[in-house]
Order: sequence, then structure tokens, then C-alpha cells
Amino acid sequence: MRLPDVFNGARRCLSTTLFALIFVTLPQLSLALTPEAAKAIAVGENDDRLSALAKAIAEPSDGLVRLIDALLDDAVKIAEGRVYIVRDGKALDAATGAETTLPPNAEDVVNNNRVRGELDTARAAFSLLSEDRNTRAKAITELKDEANEAKLPIIDRAIAKESDAELKSRLQQLRAAMLVASSDKAKRLEAVAALASSGEPSVKSLLQERLQPTGESDPEVRTALANAIKAIDAKLVWGERLGVIFSGASLGSILLLVALGLAITYGLMGVINMAHGELMMIGAYTTYVVQNLFRQHLPSGFDYYILAAIPVAFTVSALVGAVLERTVIRWLYGRPLETLLATWGISLVLIQSVRTLFGAQNVPVENPSFLSGGVAVMSNLTLPYNRIAIIFFAFFVLALVYLLINKTRLGLFVRGVTQNRTMASCMGVNTARIDTYAFALGAGIAGLAGCALSQVGNVGPDLGQNYIVDSFLVVVLGGVGQLAGTVYAALGLGVLNKLLEGWTGAVLAKIAVLAFIVVFIQRRPQGIFALKGRSAD
Amino acid sequence: MTNSVRRHTLKAIAAASAVAFGSSFSSLAVAQGAPIKVGVLHSLSGTMAISETVLKDVALMAIDEINAKGGVLGRKLEPVVVDPASNWPLFAEKARQLISADKVAVTFGCWTSVSRKSVLPVFEELNGLLFYPVQYEGEELSKNVFYTGAAPNQQAIPAVEYLMSKDGGSAKRFVLLGTDYVYPRTTNKILRSFLKSKGIADADIMEEYTPFGHSDYQTIIAKIKKFSSEGKKTAVISTINGDSNVPFYKELGNQGLKAKDVPVVAFSVGEEELRGVDTKPLVGHLAAWNYFMSLKNPANDEFTKKWAAYAKAKNLPGHKDKPLTNDPMEATYIGIYMWKQAVEKAKSTDTDKVIAAMAGQTFKAPSGFTAKMDERNHHLHKPVFIGEIKADGQFNIVWKTPGPVRANPWSPFIPGNDKKKDVPDGKTKI
Repeated sequence: MRLPDVFNGARRCLSTTLFALIFVTLPQLSLALTPEAAKAIAVGENDDRLSALAKAIAEPSDGLVRLIDALLDDAVKIAEGRVYIVRDGKALDAATGAETTLPPNAEDVVNNNRVRGELDTARAAFSLLSEDRNTRAKAITELKDEANEAKLPIIDRAIAKESDAELKSRLQQLRAAMLVASSDKAKRLEAVAALASSGEPSVKSLLQERLQPTGESDPEVRTALANAIKAIDAKLVWGERLGVIFSGASLGSILLLVALGLAITYGLMGVINMAHGELMMIGAYTTYVVQNLFRQHLPSGFDYYILAAIPVAFTVSALVGAVLERTVIRWLYGRPLETLLATWGISLVLIQSVRTLFGAQNVPVENPSFLSGGVAVMSNLTLPYNRIAIIFFAFFVLALVYLLINKTRLGLFVRGVTQNRTMASCMGVNTARIDTYAFALGAGIAGLAGCALSQVGNVGPDLGQNYIVDSFLVVVLGGVGQLAGTVYAALGLGVLNKLLEGWTGAVLAKIAVLAFIVVFIQRRPQGIFALKGRSAD
Repeated sequence: MTNSVRRHTLKAIAAASAVAFGSSFSSLAVAQGAPIKVGVLHSLSGTMAISETVLKDVALMAIDEINAKGGVLGRKLEPVVVDPASNWPLFAEKARQLISADKVAVTFGCWTSVSRKSVLPVFEELNGLLFYPVQYEGEELSKNVFYTGAAPNQQAIPAVEYLMSKDGGSAKRFVLLGTDYVYPRTTNKILRSFLKSKGIADADIMEEYTPFGHSDYQTIIAKIKKFSSEGKKTAVISTINGDSNVPFYKELGNQGLKAKDVPVVAFSVGEEELRGVDTKPLVGHLAAWNYFMSLKNPANDEFTKKWAAYAKAKNLPGHKDKPLTNDPMEATYIGIYMWKQAVEKAKSTDTDKVIAAMAGQTFKAPSGFTAKMDERNHHLHKPVFIGEIKADGQFNIVWKTPGPVRANPWSPFIPGNDKKKDVPDGKTKI
């Protein structure tokens, strides 16, 4: 137990010297980096390397900055005691910066998280006084988790020089974080008060650590600390709540997408389509194929493959759906049990054909770069771009389906045929063709769902199996034959699932949601919304 | 069929059989008797296919190599590949089929502990022989199984010790995250008691489980973030298995949880599982294994080169363009060669004789060390490596043991284990 504390102490000490030295000698970056210093930084035990780094920073140079940058980019090699920087296939001598040839036996320099962390801080300290605002902002972010009193002088200098109001206040926060362990009680109180206005999880973590028995001893400061933590918690709790709602909405939007197609084929047409999941799988595999085509033939526009994949996935799944309807399902209308068995068989055939074509293993679908990463809305809430995109996509598809069913002639026919087939036929509607169109539409939407799923989950032959139960649950819960019911059921189940998951864990949450649905359907077999009127069966 | 055609056919058959007889006669000198059947029992579909398919391929590669050099005891090896489809009861059925119907001399297979537990009674009942190539939770010792993967003291315990060291970030709070089955549950039980022995309080340990094939890790990541903001350095120990790892790491990257702040060390994630994941946001997260592809030594150079050539020749999807090797592949490879050596020593494929001959077998492993089968406990002596994920999906080795470590299947961190025997029951000779 004591051991890590000792280590931590050593690390603090090291950082202290490091920063004191940066502070003393920052202004002129002129002296050259000696080959010995470069070697000491690049090889040896991590402790020795870090103290060599601290020593080298006492004589900062362009060479040192270059070496630190290269170390952070894993671009440093060593051979026969000489350090090389290798970029774009060209080797530079780390000390002089002159171009040389790389010996064939050169070995990579390996940095672990600890070394990288120290290199990052050193780099950030260099760039805190940079002319470029973005560089400075990045440096402050970099330093925020490395707060200790050793860095105080450089922060003070930066505050004095900083002209940007926002950056200045962030620096002051940083300064307070460093003073929280100061030996002067007044300074500590002042720091805690300043930190209470922060909303950063890292600050909370810092204050919490001070509250440990080994940390703060003064009772007055301890109360201030506890109060400050409470204040930060109050801010963080909003991030958490919004996080749950967002993840619920994200799961809900996925459920909506997977259930929307089924709401048409099962809800409106009454076909118990067990192959619905496989139509999604076909959409996902189509996305994979489109991605590969882009990579092969249009690598410069790779990021936009997803835009091309959306209509292609829709078309391919819709075509498969149309073929299924024409060849199998149309002979089974009005015979739900046979439909169930036949479509289940079809689903097995589809799974096996995909296995034969693409192999049983999952295929990799990469996120385009604009869908990787996320936007930090609050300090403890990052919303991933791919999930945001899927939420919008789900509602976009929903709007399209709504318009199609309610505002177009085709939609009118679909509604007419599903409500009273004979009457629609008497009015001159080609019901057979409408059935094909409607089924193809449902299948195409399943394809869109598959395209969306490929961005968040795995694409494999079994993809559909994982979602078929969920999609039936959503449609049945929402009320068969009701688009609005599907929407409420999907979002409701999504949020409910995520709320429970945060509380009981993923396994129990799934069970609880299933139990809830069973009870709900027993109480209210018609679902949330029931069709009113005598024509409904 | 007309008479003349029939006559022609008959002639052709006669000629062909004459040729076949002649050639088989001459080859008798090289390969006496029928080929030795070897079972390969890995999921080629379902949630575990992401990890197991490649083990089937590496097993076939090793068998090809051995056959090219004249087989074992002058007999060729004939692989029998079956697909238990990530379905645990099916594993038992397929194992029974391999031993009873196909009469295989040995089986290489299984990844998850639940699949191994499922086939174990079959191997014991029919006195078969199983080589299990994956790190696992220990707490098991059967005379019919050789464990060529790591026991907890060869992977999990060193990894946690590393996290608690200065270089590992001096972690003081731990999230134990796993798939919901026997391996993660048992490993976490061992780790919890290990952490307690190091003075970590229960309040500083969070345990979370997800079902197989789980693909929505938003809540889990949010929980980890919250847990890590409650003071002290936090680290995550992941025993997530199968294709869930892809969405887990994607979410980790997307939500910007950096290795510098909260390092994640994984026990079932290697080069193969990270294929197709954007590893740039994951730089610095860790994995503990007994082998990494990035190890530099002649044995590994040879192994990776052979694998690349094999993948290209067999047109293996993915591997033909980007060949990757990983720890369980190495363990499979070692297992097959050790079995070959044992059969040659025993001069028989009889299960009991091979078991006796396995004791003390050594093999120059791609890890660069000589792996040795323990004389008593059916586990390998292996080195331990800890690697950090690089931007290209390979691992930087940041820590290693000076040499091979003896396996301890009965972890001392589980009460009552000190009384367990280090030798499987029913083993005839030691």
C-alpha cells in the first residue's frame, strides 16, 4: 500500500524539478541538444530517462522540442548509441537535425503511458507561451490533469501574459488546483473557493484526494473542501442525467430504425416476417461492400461512402424484399403460421448464403472520420458523432415513411389495402402490386437500419438475429398497425433500458425490460395504441 | 451406358488402381498406415468467431508444416474441422462426435471457459486429449487437458501489479469489467481478493458485467467516467470476450476516455480483435499476454513470415492483406508441436502414453523463450508481456518478466486452494 505513495512522491519531485527548470530557462531556445542528452532521453530505465529529460529542459533547444515531438509520435529510433528521428522515410540525427542514413539494425524507442505523460506536459509547458491561441488552449487542457505546485511559476507567467479572457480564467482555475495542496492555509482556502465554481471531474477527483485522511488536516479547509465537492457534484449530476437521456435516445433511435420496417410489413400488412433481421443484415453487408468499393476505386472520397451506402442499402434490401414477396409470401397471405415458418426458413437461407459469400466472421465496417469521436457538451458528457447521426437519421427516415404513408397516392393505396382488401380491389386498386410495394418498402427500411447499425455495432451473418426480438417487441408494444405507437415504444424502451442499466447493470436491465413487456402485453394486449374502429382485426 | 464405354471405364479403373497401388506401395515406406486424425474444435461462426477462426487456420498451418516434413511417426496428420458455432452445448456434441465417430487422436480447440467446461466431461468420459490454447481463470486441472494459455498468475496478476506500479500509473481504484460467464467472474473473484491483499478497499472496486454479444457500451463508459472522478487514479481491467470488444473500444475512443487518464488493460484483446477498430484514440491502452506480434526475435520473425505466406497461399480473408498473429495462435502452434514431440517420444498416439510423454516437453516458442510443459500440472511455463496499443493496432511492449513463469492453476487468492493438488487426478505416471 505504501509503495505507490512513495512512487507518487518521487514523480512529484521529478515534475517539480522539471518545471522549475522550464521556468528558469524558457525564454531562449538556442543551445543545441547534445547527442549524449538525446540518448539519455531516448534509452534506459524510465526513471533515468525522465531525469535526463528534466536535465535537458534546463538547456532548451529547438532540437529538444523536435525530439519530444518525435518521441510523442513514436518516430524515434536508436542504433549504436545514436538517436535518429525517422519521418516520411527520411532519417534525421536527433541532436543536430541533419539528414543521415539510418543503420539497418535501428530499434524503435518505446514510451509507456508514464513517459508519454511527462513528454506531453513538457511539450505543453513549452507551448503555454506560444503565440497561437489554439496551441495555448490545447496546452492548458493538457496541463489540467497534471496540477501540482511545481508548475505554479510557469502558470503565473502565462497568466500575466495571457490576453484572452477565457484562457485566462482557465489558467486561474489551473492555478487554484495547484495551490490546493499549498502549505499556506489561507492560500488553500482561496484555492478551494475558486475551484468550487469548476465543473471538471478531474477537479472533483483532486479535491476528493485532499479529503483523504492523508490529505488535508485543517478542519476549516476540510469543510470548505466538502462544500466545494458538493457544488461540483451539483454541476456534474446534470451531465450524468443528460448522458442517460442521450444514451436512451440513442438506443431508442436504433430500436425505432429496426422496428420501422417491421411496423409496415407486420403492423400494416400483417406478415409475421421472421426474415426482417436478415433484411437488416443485407443492408449492413451492402454498406460493407460499398465501403470496400470506395476504398478500392475512390480512396480520396472514402469518408463519403456512407452517403452512397444509404440509398444502395435501401435499394438492395427492397429488391430482396420484393423478390421474397413475389415468390413466397404472397402465397401465404392470411395464413400467419405458415408465413412465420416460411420467413424463418428464408432467414436461415439468407444467413447461410451470406456466410458462404462473405465468410462466417464479422466484416469490418469503418466509421468515416466525420463520424468518429464526439463533441464534449459538458465536462463529463461527450456525445459520440455516430450516435448523434443515427438519432437524426432515424427521425429523417420516420418523417419519410410518415409522408409516404399519409401524403402519397401509394400510401393511400397501402392504407386502403390493409384496411379492406376486397373493397380496395373493387375500387380498382391492383392489390397484388401494392402488397409488393409495401413489403419492399418495409424491407428497404430494414436495409437502412442495417446501414445505421454498421456504424455502431458488428456486422456479421448473425446481426439480424440480435435485433429481431427487439423489433417485434417494439411493434407489439406500440400497438400493431400504428406508426406513432412504434415511435413511442422505441424511445420509451430505449430510455427505460438505459435507466435500468445504469442502476442494475446490463444483464439484469435486459431481464427487467422483458418482464415489463410481458406484464404490459398481458394487461393490454392491443399495445400502447390500439386501432379504433370495426375494421381492425 | 453402352458396352464399349463400360469396357473403357473398367479399363480405366483397373489402370488407375494399378497406379494407385504402385504409388501407395512405394509411399508405404514413408507413411506407414492410415493418417492420424486431429480434431480442430473452434467456433467459426457466432460471437466468438472473431477470435477463434484464426486459431483453426493456424492449427491447419501447423498440421501442413508437419505433414510437409513427413508427418508424425511417419504417418500424415489429417485435420477434422468442426464448427461449434459459439454454442456451448454444441461444443460437447461436436467433441463427442470427434472422439467417437471420427476417432481423432487429439483435439485442439475451445476459447471461452464455458466451452471448455462444456466439453470437459466428454473428454474425461471418452479418455480423449484436448489442447486448450487460451488464457483462462485456472481452478481446473484435468488429466485429459493440456493448457497452453496463461493461468491467472501468468497474465492477470502481473498486469494488475503493473497498473499499481509507478510505470503503470499507480492505480488505486479499479473497474473490473467483463462478459457474463465463468472466466470473467472467476478472474474478477481472484483479482478482488488480490487487490484486497494489497490494501484496496471494496469501495474502490467496481464490478460490471455485460451479456455475450453486447454492443451498446454507452452506460458502461459513463459509469467508468463517473467512478474515475471520485478521487484517486482509476484503471479498468477488461475481461470482455468476443466481438463485443469492437463496440466497446469504439465507444471508448468516441467518448474520449484517454489511456493517460483511465488506462484499460484487457486480457482477451489482441492484434486480431483490434482489426477494423480505429486504434488512434486508443493509443496507450494495455493488454497482457504471453506473446505479441511485435516481439523481435528470430523465432517470431519466422512464425510471422510463415503465417503471412500461409494466409496469402490460402487466401484467408483479412489476413491475406494484413497478416496478424496473436497469443492464442502462438499457444495453438506450441501445443501442436509439443503434441507431435510427445507422440514421437511415446511412439504411439495412445492418450495415456502421450499424456505421460508430454511432461517436460520443450519448444522454442515465437515469444523468444523456450516454453516448457510442466512435469506435473499440465500448464506451460511462459513469459509475461504487457503491451500498450500503438496507432497501427500493434503493441509496444512496456514490461516483461525476465524469463518464463511457472503456471499456478490454483490461485492462492481463492480460499481453500492451498489444499488442492498440483497434479490432475488419475494421472498414471509423473
